[in-house]
Amino acid sequence: MDGVALLTIFVLSIFVGFEVVSKVSTILHTPLMSGANAIHGIVLIGGITVTGASTSLVQTIIGVIAILLGAINLVGGFVVTDRMLGMFKSKKTAKGEEVL
Amino acid sequence: MMTPVWVPLAYLVAAVLFILSLKGLSSPKTARLGTLSGAVGALLATAVLFFSGIKLNNLTIIIVAVIVGSVIGLIAARQVKMTAMPQLVALFNGAGGGAAALVAVVEYLEYGSGAELLFLIATVFTVLIGGVSFSGSIVTYLKLQELMTTRPVVLPAGRIITILVAVLTVASAVALIVSPSTLLLVALLVLSLIFGALFVLPVGGADVPIVISLLNAFTGLSVAASGYVLSNVLLIVAGTLVGASGTLLTSLMAKAMGRPLTSTLFGAFSGTTQGGGGTGEERPVRAAGPGDVAIMLGYANKVILVPGYGLAVAQAQSTLRELADLLTARGIEVDYAIHPVAGRMPGHMNVLLAEASVPYEQLKEMEEINPDFSATDVVLVVGANDVVNPAARSDTTAPIYGMPILDVDNAQQVVFLKRSMRPGFAGIENELLYDPKTTLLFGDAKDSLTKVVTSLKGM
Repeated sequence: MDGVALLTIFVLSIFVGFEVVSKVSTILHTPLMSGANAIHGIVLIGGITVTGASTSLVQTIIGVIAILLGAINLVGGFVVTDRMLGMFKSKKTAKGEEVL
Repeated sequence: MMTPVWVPLAYLVAAVLFILSLKGLSSPKTARLGTLSGAVGALLATAVLFFSGIKLNNLTIIIVAVIVGSVIGLIAARQVKMTAMPQLVALFNGAGGGAAALVAVVEYLEYGSGAELLFLIATVFTVLIGGVSFSGSIVTYLKLQELMTTRPVVLPAGRIITILVAVLTVASAVALIVSPSTLLLVALLVLSLIFGALFVLPVGGADVPIVISLLNAFTGLSVAASGYVLSNVLLIVAGTLVGASGTLLTSLMAKAMGRPLTSTLFGAFSGTTQGGGGTGEERPVRAAGPGDVAIMLGYANKVILVPGYGLAVAQAQSTLRELADLLTARGIEVDYAIHPVAGRMPGHMNVLLAEASVPYEQLKEMEEINPDFSATDVVLVVGANDVVNPAARSDTTAPIYGMPILDVDNAQQVVFLKRSMRPGFAGIENELLYDPKTTLLFGDAKDSLTKVVTSLKGM
């Protein structure tokens, strides 16, 4: 794809990014940050792509480190976000019990 | 070979799932679904890559690396205590930034010489921002984990050093674009790492959450730029989404905490960041035993509890809840006052108290509860300090000046449960501790609360 098309996608994504989080409540700042943090872990596929195309040992080593870091970011990010939100869910259950 | 058409289509689905993920995470009802949606998107994109027909030379090593990284991330995320969660998020963020920078480095080593201008610019941007995010996140981690001082670190001539490093970084970035060489690339990477550390070092305690959010946005932009380097649309979309939403989130957080974003951002350049007081002089305070505190609480009409990070560290959430239940049973009106950054991040304390099954309706946000303090008999501050420090209102030289605080000094009496007279995370003295209406109960928050609860039961 040519540079201008990629730039178009980039600019439009900025607007979407601003729009989707514009109405977030304070309580969710931390989980939202953590979820966004997990999403950029998708750089993992960049790591896999460059390591797959690697033509030297140095490239492979650096690429593998990138894969490790990306996978940590991606998997850890989503799991810790879910754990955080799980705390909120248990609160709801606790409320339910009190009603009973 | 040509990429089959279903690959970009799968990436489109993944991109939409990421957008829905962020959207979902913005509302309590859909937050968990949002996380799931993001995870499914990521899984889809990664799985598709293996069947997309791209060159995969080192397939075994790649698969092993993916599995090892995933397991490390999984274990870290599962094992971490909720109190230490902010620094783990910082670490994950650093990992992402580092990964983006390294991806650009590998790609440069392959195509660097004789590459077109846009490719070089995107590479330089990825390495620069990714490097800053990596080292900045590590320093943030060290601060939050208290492996280094949590106070602003002002190096001698720090301002000049920072400006010098910034100039050198930009110079090497420009030089790399003009005449590509591997040596310059390494120089750029090293300078970015140094700059990232210098950028975060002068940031004081109260601003650390804002910095995590900002570095998160940085990593997003770095990933977006790496997508440009690789001509990968999904990386551009995902990275930009995080970069844009992260930037907005950073300014929302800064606003919620009353911190001017510019002072956080440019603290490293201005050199105006205060080291904080901490004169260390001995001044008289009024200390009391658990029995006295139990009597004060037991005969009040209205009590407000102010939980802070110390409560979480002592794992005393349930004991505090027990105390609140006892007081409620005696017909006393009890509320929890939650400062936006109680704990270490916005919303952190809500998570911690939810873990201890504290009823949601007793948690009052700062704006809601501040007018109530003047009609309150006793405020019990458990392991909090900076968020009730009146210096934020009056002392223009204090690093926390301007941060909205809980107006506990308006109450009839204030009780602090503290381990020692040590200042809070921001490292500044709290005048309220020496106020005649303040009583201190020294000790571990859980021990003290348990003793108060026991005394209260015997009353």
